[in-house]
Amino acid sequence: MKFANSPLLSQLLPAWRARFVAALILLAFGILAARSVWLQVVRNDFLQQKGESRYARVIELSATRGRIADRSGDMLAVSTPVKSVWAIPEDARLAPAQARELAALLEMEVGELNRRLAAEKDFVFIKRQIPPDTAEKIAALNLPGIHQQREYRRYYPAGEVTAHMLGFTGVEDRGQEGIELAFDAQLSGKPGSRRVIKDRLGHIVEDVESIKPPQDGRDITLALDAKIQYLAFTHLKQALAEHKARAGGVVVLDAKSGEVLALANLPAYNPNNRGKLTGAQLRNRALTDVFEPGSTMKPFTVALALEKGRFRFDSQIQTAPGRLTIGNATISDAHPHGLLTVAQVIQKSSNVGAAKIASVFAPEEMWQMFDALGFGQPMKLGFPGEVGGRLRPYKTWRPIEQATMSYGHGISVTLMQLARAYLAFARDGDLIPLSLTRLESPPLAGKSIFSAQTAREVRAMLEMAVLPGGTAPRAQIPGYRVAGKTGTAHKLEGGQYAERYVAAFVGFAPVSDPRLVVAVMIDEPSAGKYYGGEVAAPVFAQVMAGSLRTLGVAPDAPLKPIQVARDVAPVPESL
Amino acid sequence: MLRLNLALIAIVLASALGAVASQHKARKLFTEMEREQERMRSLEVEWGQLQLEQSTWASHARIEKVARERLRMKPPAAGQVLAVEAPR
Repeated sequence: MKFANSPLLSQLLPAWRARFVAALILLAFGILAARSVWLQVVRNDFLQQKGESRYARVIELSATRGRIADRSGDMLAVSTPVKSVWAIPEDARLAPAQARELAALLEMEVGELNRRLAAEKDFVFIKRQIPPDTAEKIAALNLPGIHQQREYRRYYPAGEVTAHMLGFTGVEDRGQEGIELAFDAQLSGKPGSRRVIKDRLGHIVEDVESIKPPQDGRDITLALDAKIQYLAFTHLKQALAEHKARAGGVVVLDAKSGEVLALANLPAYNPNNRGKLTGAQLRNRALTDVFEPGSTMKPFTVALALEKGRFRFDSQIQTAPGRLTIGNATISDAHPHGLLTVAQVIQKSSNVGAAKIASVFAPEEMWQMFDALGFGQPMKLGFPGEVGGRLRPYKTWRPIEQATMSYGHGISVTLMQLARAYLAFARDGDLIPLSLTRLESPPLAGKSIFSAQTAREVRAMLEMAVLPGGTAPRAQIPGYRVAGKTGTAHKLEGGQYAERYVAAFVGFAPVSDPRLVVAVMIDEPSAGKYYGGEVAAPVFAQVMAGSLRTLGVAPDAPLKPIQVARDVAPVPESL
Repeated sequence: MLRLNLALIAIVLASALGAVASQHKARKLFTEMEREQERMRSLEVEWGQLQLEQSTWASHARIEKVARERLRMKPPAAGQVLAVEAPR
């Protein structure tokens, strides 16, 4: 039978059935179309996001912390990536041999390693900050559950020599002390991120967008001279050992530019290994500790007297009998000197002479000079913990206080302030701001405090102080003319002067055209000697001689055998 | 009409293939650039480490020790130094 003759064909179906099927099909199409519009147009971001997450990745771009270099470009602080090894204890099922191998690479006890892996945690650090080559060997072992992460660690190649100057950074790579803190904003980088497309092998194939470009920290070039810093540190260390002193500090300034060429403190610490630190080791004494400067203040008293025209360098002052009573207090000299010129008051460091000179000033005059020299206020170098010392308002000064301040008691300063104030003598009476970073050109002229004539005369007096007959013949340097002033002060303890001393020496060289100012402070020398001329002056001479040679400063004195303190005893200084 | 359509189809095909090829090439070049940048970063890290190493070897404490002990050097006495003016 042919298909066309099939009786089924002659049976007419009701017309609605065809329409019903057609409607169903159309409806299904409609639903599909609506669904696709819903997915493609209305709710497309969700799917887009899901899709993108299969191939697009946002990756972190780390930024490195800036380096710190000395003035000639030698690196003093460098950040370098290291690895930290961590584990998921549950996954880290190590065979005993594997554990031994890992422990050997990490230089730790197997027992310690197993103890860490036995911890009931999801995440344990096994060892932080290991060198990259060790990390590679560990990665090559391919141990289950052992992972590594990249961190930065800061290294200080000069170690304790530059410890106080540079400070250090914490775990988060942020500055915590010293230059690291003072210049943290410039040094620290800002990590960035970008979105990329990766193929199935993990290669980046396309840069989609840069969300935030990373900013590496800027490098800093300090004014510090690593050689001079080393000289200052080692000579200070020797002196501290020799005199069994508790602490000490040295500051070296460039008299032409005000740059800080060296800043050394003791006791120090190794910034690369800060296992156990004490507060005493951390103190940056040259900036954060004040002391009574003692006789190192006398040149300022004399300079003011010359400046105001009240005295000439050869005016005579009667210091006999070596005592001076003001109110109910008595000022005395170690040795009565009799009739002295103003220059000799400096040379012999007579307290009575200085007090007599100071007695002609109004308190306000003296206060103005101290204030102009920067005493009593922090220098705002940006160093953490920097203090300003104590300079009381002149309205509260009693006559005895004015007298003692003339020779550096009843006023307290930091070593850095004292060194800076001596710039006024080393330069022709003007004072320039200090700089921790290298300057491209020296500042033109600073604030004028004394006239050039006064500065010259005080320089000549300070030169006499280091010649035989002065308080510090040991400060002499062969081949150079040197000038400076000793200071020896009792320490204040609970408001009373104790039988403990601070020995200081501040000076500059070469006198014909001063280039460097060096200030030395030694706290509590306790091996018998405690005069500034015997304890601090030799450190000054060693540091100054080495620094002048390093800088290639031409000698300005004829060579002749120096009469050093071995044959000529220094004049004992008044306390 | 048909001929024009065929020609247009051929042009469209060629440009589509070209786009795919250049996209592929761009990605390849990009991976290469990525690799070079990675190398740059690792070289920079190495440079930092070498600088550290140099600073450690050239530390003044070490130089002084070697000069004094191994080479038996000492600072010149005052009379042995002759200062000369640099010619201007």
